[in-house]
Amino acid sequence: MFSLSVLKSSALKSSVISPCGRLLIAFVLSFSHFLWPNVQAQTQITTPAQVIDATPDGLIQAIVNDVMTIVKTDKEIQAGNINRVIALVDQKIMPFANLQRTTQLAMGRNWSKATPDQQNQIAAEFKLLLIRTYAGALTQIKDQTVQYRPFKAVLEDTDVVVRTQVLNKGEPIQIDYRLEKTPNGWRVYDINVLGAWLIEAYRNQFNNQISQNGIDGLIKFLQERNRQLSKAK
Amino acid sequence: MPLIYRFFCRFLAGLLTLFLVGCATIPEGQVRSKADPWEALNRNVYVFNDNLDDYIVRPLTKVYEFAVPEIVRSRFSNVFANVGDVFTAVQQLLQGKPKTALDDLIRVFVNTTIGLGGIFDVATDAGLEKHKEDFGQTFGVWGIPSGPYVVLPILGPSSLRDAFGWVADLNTDILINQIDNVPVRNIVSGVRIVDQRLKYLNASGLLAGVAFDQYSFVRDAYLQRRRFLIYDGEPPLIDDYDAQNNRMQYPGEEKRMR
Repeated sequence: MFSLSVLKSSALKSSVISPCGRLLIAFVLSFSHFLWPNVQAQTQITTPAQVIDATPDGLIQAIVNDVMTIVKTDKEIQAGNINRVIALVDQKIMPFANLQRTTQLAMGRNWSKATPDQQNQIAAEFKLLLIRTYAGALTQIKDQTVQYRPFKAVLEDTDVVVRTQVLNKGEPIQIDYRLEKTPNGWRVYDINVLGAWLIEAYRNQFNNQISQNGIDGLIKFLQERNRQLSKAK
Repeated sequence: MPLIYRFFCRFLAGLLTLFLVGCATIPEGQVRSKADPWEALNRNVYVFNDNLDDYIVRPLTKVYEFAVPEIVRSRFSNVFANVGDVFTAVQQLLQGKPKTALDDLIRVFVNTTIGLGGIFDVATDAGLEKHKEDFGQTFGVWGIPSGPYVVLPILGPSSLRDAFGWVADLNTDILINQIDNVPVRNIVSGVRIVDQRLKYLNASGLLAGVAFDQYSFVRDAYLQRRRFLIYDGEPPLIDDYDAQNNRMQYPGEEKRMR
């Protein structure tokens, strides 16, 4: 069973095998699926985030595996307990994210127009908004698996992208993470879901809010939105 | 039956006109995007589509979700996807990717034979990745720029290029062009629409939460995603965010689009 899955991943990716050979392999493997439906799930490795966070791809793999394992086994999360998801995000993801930087980049030159106090306030509210809205997506994780695409970076790089794919029924969903090197290790500051980077997607949103209502208006807007979101749950 | 049908059509037409009366304007003080010169018109169509979704498409999708068991629904999805793979393979060829085209044809072959005419997606389980390409993307690969952002009635976010692409998609669509029996074709198209909508059923609530202004959020996400798809998932990254302020232009874009 194990050797089959190894054959699957290595054989299909190499270009050495002729199209006819690939067809044959695909054929055989499709049959094998009926016999061992969980080949993929069983070869997944789980490692705690602390062990291999020295490299950006290692860090992402560790976080993703950690979170996926918890979400899949936690009955309350599966039942849609949002507060539980928020706690998980705070504990497992936030220590490795730099949302201050995310907010700064999304605000562009408006960032410098805000006082440090306002900056902290905006970043905190924006973080809350993101957690509250995206936490729901985590409760949808059931039998998906994550595939890590080949990681290319040189040792001196301080800004890298780790590409992953979530496999479920139908077309795979691409999710990429952008990380930067900080004195405390690698930190995620941007995420790409289905082709849209978060910072890029929010650039006009921030810009419009500020040009309409100013920095204080933006803070008020975010606070109001978060209040609504917490009420809705 | 025809009477009910006629009544339904009239009811539908009445509803549609009702939606069109609603009027949207560009929020005051908003920064205009260069990619969206027709924003005033687009916003109106956006509101129209939103209402259409609220009152017709989403309720129908929920009925479909409730009435048809998952096991049957996913069979439908798979059949549509299998037919779509043939189309995608042709697009891959047009985009100069014969290898990927062959991969997609292998998917079709495996799913049509072992997958019993496409009702089981065994190719994905065997590790053969699914792709999706359309004429809009192919035009993009050929170097045609996206042009102004357009919100199409009923169809939603698009661009001038993608709107033309969509017309080409429709004219080459296998399920529309190869089914001569009109009622059957209509039912197939209807199921296909709710099947598509069902995949994003949870997204509506998410959008209301994440977007400060839904119209511009959808627009920017759409334009970003289309660009991402044209580059097959690896568009050049923005290196210096601060130098990029307020511009819908990307490094490497000129080179690619020339």
